[in-house]
Amino acid sequence: MIPVGYFFVLSGLLFFIGVFGFVTRRNLVAMLISVELVLNSVDINFAAFNRLLFPDGYEGMFFTLFSIGVSAAESAVALAIIINVYRHFHSDQVNSIENMKL
Amino acid sequence: MARLIMFAILAVVILASAIFCVSTKRIMRAATALLFVLFGVAGLYFLLDYTFLGATQISIYAGGITMMYIFAIQLVSKRTLQGLSERWLGKRTFLAAAIALVGFATVVVVLLKNELINNTIINGDTLSKEVTMDTIGQNLMSADKYGYVLPFEFISVFLLACIIGGLVILNNNKKEEESK
Repeated sequence: MIPVGYFFVLSGLLFFIGVFGFVTRRNLVAMLISVELVLNSVDINFAAFNRLLFPDGYEGMFFTLFSIGVSAAESAVALAIIINVYRHFHSDQVNSIENMKL
Repeated sequence: MARLIMFAILAVVILASAIFCVSTKRIMRAATALLFVLFGVAGLYFLLDYTFLGATQISIYAGGITMMYIFAIQLVSKRTLQGLSERWLGKRTFLAAAIALVGFATVVVVLLKNELINNTIINGDTLSKEVTMDTIGQNLMSADKYGYVLPFEFISVFLLACIIGGLVILNNNKKEEESK
C-alpha cells in the first residue's frame, strides 16, 4: 500500500523539474520537452487522486485520457510552428526571434 | 510492500531521467530521457491498476509524441543536434533553481497539510480494482451523470482542428517560398 503523499511529492518534483527546464532552456524544442514533463506530472496527480482518495469514481482517469489527447495535439501544432519559425529565421533559439512577422 | 518497491524503482527512474532531460546539452539525449520519463509514468499507471491508461500512455506518448519530437529535432537544426548552441546560463540557472525549489516547497506543504487528504481513509482492496474496458466505453459514450460524451466529441473536433491547423501552418510557408 503506497501512501498518497509519495505520489504528490513525486509529481511535484517532476512539475518543478519541468519548470526549471522551461526557464533555463533557450531552445524551442527543449522548452517543449520541459512542458511535456509538466503535463505528465499533472496526469500522475489526476490518476493518484482518483485511485487512492476517491476509488468509486472515474473522473481522474477520464480527465487523464483527455489530457493525453490534448497534449498530443498541442505538441503537434507547436512542432509545426517551430519548424515554420526555423524556416523563417534559420534558428531555433528563442532569443533570435524578435519580430512576429518578417 | 511489493508495490512500494516498484514505486521506488519507478520514482528513481522518472526523477533521474527528468533531471538528465533538463540538464543535458544535447537535445537528442533530452528526447531519449523524455522517453524514459514517459515509460516510468506508464509504469505508475500500471501500478495503480489503470491498465488502459498505461497502454494509452505508451502508445500515444512514447510511440507518437516522442517520434514526432525526434523528427522535428532532425528537421530543425544541425547546430542544436551537435550540442553547440546550448550554453551554461550562470545566474539565470540559479534563479530558476530557486524558483523551482520555492514552488516545490509551497506545493508540498500545502498538499501534506491538507485536511481532506489526511482524513481520507484508504482501504487496501481499492488498489486491485481494475477498470474494465466495458466501463470505459459506457462512460465515454453516455450523456447521463458521470458520462463523458461531450468532452469526447469536443476532443474529436479539436483533434481535427489541430490536423488542419498543422497542415495550414506548414503549407502557408511553402507558398511563400514558391512566390519568392
